[in-house]
Amino acid sequence: MKDFTMDEAQPRLLDQTGMGIIGKPLPRRDGKLKVSGTAPYAADTPHPARMAHGVLVRATIPRGRVAGFDRAGIADIDGVIEIVTDARLSRNPTQGMAGEATVQPGDEVHYHGQPIALVVAETFEAARDAAQRLTVRYETTDPGGVSPDKPKDTEIADPETAGDFDAAWGAAEVKVDLEFTTPSHVSAAMEPHAALAEWDGDRVTLKGSQQMLRFNRNELADSLGIDPSKVRILSPYIGGGFGSKLGIGPEAVAACVAAEKLGRPVRVVMPRQTVFDSVLRRSETRQRVRFGATRDGRITAISHDDTVSNLDGESFAEPTTQASQFLYGADGLSFTQTVARISATPAGSVRAPGEAVGMLAFEAALDELADKLGMDPVDLRLKNLPEKNPMTGQPYSARRLADCLTEGAAAFGWADRGAPGSRREGDWLIGMGVASAARSNMLVKSASRVRLHGAHAVVETDMTDIGTGSYTILGQIAAEMLGLPVDAVEVRLGDTDLPGASGSGGSFGASSAGSSTFLAAKEIRERIAEKLGCAADDLTLNDGIARGGNIEKPLAELVDTEIVAEASIEGGKTAESHFSAGFGAHFAEVAVNEWTGEVRVRRMLGVMAMGRILNEKTARSQAIGGMVWGLGSALTEDMQMDRRDGHVVTRDLANYHVASHLDVPSDMVVTFLEERDDMANPIQSKGIGELGISGAGAAIFNAIAHATGARLHDYPATPDKVIAALEARG
Amino acid sequence: MQTSLTVNGQTREVDHDARQTLLDTLRDGLGLTGTKKGCDHGQCGACTVLLNGERVNSCLCLTAMHDGDEVTTIEGIGTPETLNALQKAFVESDGYQCGYCTPGQIMSATALFEEVKKGAPSYVSADLEAPTFDDAEIAERMSGNLCRCSAYPMIREAIAMSREVK
Repeated sequence: MKDFTMDEAQPRLLDQTGMGIIGKPLPRRDGKLKVSGTAPYAADTPHPARMAHGVLVRATIPRGRVAGFDRAGIADIDGVIEIVTDARLSRNPTQGMAGEATVQPGDEVHYHGQPIALVVAETFEAARDAAQRLTVRYETTDPGGVSPDKPKDTEIADPETAGDFDAAWGAAEVKVDLEFTTPSHVSAAMEPHAALAEWDGDRVTLKGSQQMLRFNRNELADSLGIDPSKVRILSPYIGGGFGSKLGIGPEAVAACVAAEKLGRPVRVVMPRQTVFDSVLRRSETRQRVRFGATRDGRITAISHDDTVSNLDGESFAEPTTQASQFLYGADGLSFTQTVARISATPAGSVRAPGEAVGMLAFEAALDELADKLGMDPVDLRLKNLPEKNPMTGQPYSARRLADCLTEGAAAFGWADRGAPGSRREGDWLIGMGVASAARSNMLVKSASRVRLHGAHAVVETDMTDIGTGSYTILGQIAAEMLGLPVDAVEVRLGDTDLPGASGSGGSFGASSAGSSTFLAAKEIRERIAEKLGCAADDLTLNDGIARGGNIEKPLAELVDTEIVAEASIEGGKTAESHFSAGFGAHFAEVAVNEWTGEVRVRRMLGVMAMGRILNEKTARSQAIGGMVWGLGSALTEDMQMDRRDGHVVTRDLANYHVASHLDVPSDMVVTFLEERDDMANPIQSKGIGELGISGAGAAIFNAIAHATGARLHDYPATPDKVIAALEARG
Repeated sequence: MQTSLTVNGQTREVDHDARQTLLDTLRDGLGLTGTKKGCDHGQCGACTVLLNGERVNSCLCLTAMHDGDEVTTIEGIGTPETLNALQKAFVESDGYQCGYCTPGQIMSATALFEEVKKGAPSYVSADLEAPTFDDAEIAERMSGNLCRCSAYPMIREAIAMSREVK
């Protein structure tokens, strides 16, 4: 194993290999399986012999304990095997990268919707029937607060500051001081969480839908009280994650526990409603944003304070102000977070935790400052880009935010947008909005193995492909490095028996697992150079031919016995010396119906610089996906929880409105600016999937304001709120 | 109980629970797992199949009510080796990401072609007698199929592209 630490800028080897495979918009290698329905997701596994079906039972009180079950009430249902309760069952999914079990509440209930038992039956129909009809006896206790506006407790963090905010705010010539709210959101991946557990002696195999296998194995082992070496997890295909499958969930633990108790394989698939009830949501936020500036538009004071919520005992707090801390400069900056503790469905990571909601407020507030200054919002942003990270003093590793704003403005026709409220087409008011995009970039420890035999290579890692394109880009990286056509590279993922990768999360998967794959392939290049008798720097590998030191040999001949190389990477000194983030600019054009308050997005443009693009096609899809999530958070997504008992009211896809075809215009353009982030990792790439959402909703909100001349402060901009804002405007 | 179905051209006798949906019969009874369960409530479209030639959410169909009916699933459209034009267009346009809603999108689009050909209007048709086939029509007619990865523009590009091929 070759271990590599990212301690200094790395040479751009992928710009020299010359195969032209990197970056190319190649179709996904798993595409044919996906369009023919043959890609095997967790619940698609053929049923092993004697497989039983489990359905989770939910608590219908916010706090207390389960005193018992009325078994007589379901005695008429044929095929019910067992109501499984167990001290090992988990309260909710583990937080991302926890690597250990979450709270195992026994008979305690900590929130309405918590899984409290698993009904196992011979058929799915019987299990579902019994789970729905089962009467549970409770002893209730005071939940102490189930709603963020009446929490049981609040924890206020120490302010994070740079310079003297109070002095800068006091002296500012122009100020905005605004409060915004964003509701709770859910990932709502199309594939509900699924698990099939099967024991063989003291070893368990889980076919699950998981994003981060290296962590998930430890989480499951810890939940079950067994050694991680006894756990194997297989997740070759995952029907979307967006954070919801970062950790091991109650369905996986329950399937393993039930399978062990009953001595037969057990499958548990969450009903959609259970996904809403018990999978980690994104916290709602209350945000106060203050900008102070000079009359000519230099920002002097920035403050962004937020209140989020979570269930007691959960360490995660939505990092709302993450991007606010590095986007713009000021003489004084201050950020304070408050966490409200409530007895309700716990909160965790949902796509771009922090930026996804923090930028909705921050970038909309900045637009209001532009209004007050009488400045163009693009110009205001351009004028306030700091030289260094204003909080840490680190130089940016690569940042083309100014280019994204100016090139985007030119391409979008920004100059023609006119005064607010000046464009009308019949009943529709037309407007344009802009917002910066920013998402911090990470490198997470990751390992890969590459095998080369003749002119055929195999990439092996427990990395997952949650729709992000991992199969495709890891194959491209190996092919580029080894001078092979992509079809000569096989990619094996999603199996904990393979080297442990970063997993998919935080947009770090492609860069982290891509780098370990790159390093393993680089190691193979060195071995080939040795065989050829040349220096590694002199080696060229192209179309299956190795050349170096005036010698030329086909790989098929040169590599007659398999070469195996394993490499791992982790972050190092560059993470301290430089600040790495993806940047971009979102532009949106909307039409607002002045009578019904309906908002239609007509077109969007995202101009982004996010390091080296590994596959232009999959990168574009990721970016557009993020922008559509921004559209959803601006217009429709709104998870409502009952203020009396905290239960999730909008617990299905008819009540929680994700964007549909008709909401999304075909005119969704993404432009990538050429960039290399030498400080990020040896392949110079950065995260993509989350940059697309970061700021996108604010661009839409700002476009609504431009169309109507009315400002909203509570997301999403549903017709009732738009009508109210139009009426208030007069 | 017993029900006879013709699935992808083959007659299948299925022995099933009276409460079983057509979706679960296809997936668990017949092993045709290409049809996906996303919500089990007719809200997402991942389970779309053709029932006697028309698209339905198979999660909202009770198997017992479909004795003698013809069902076409994604498996009856084209295998990885024999993809049809629409499936190929999805691969080319990147009309998916995670791929979970994809079989439903493809089955829905398959029926959509026939609906437009028959002149069935939609909510957005300007002329109820002769609906056109433009992006607005595709978007409206595909709105029962959710895609959380949000590949919508690429899905519609694939549908438009494959119609041109036809």
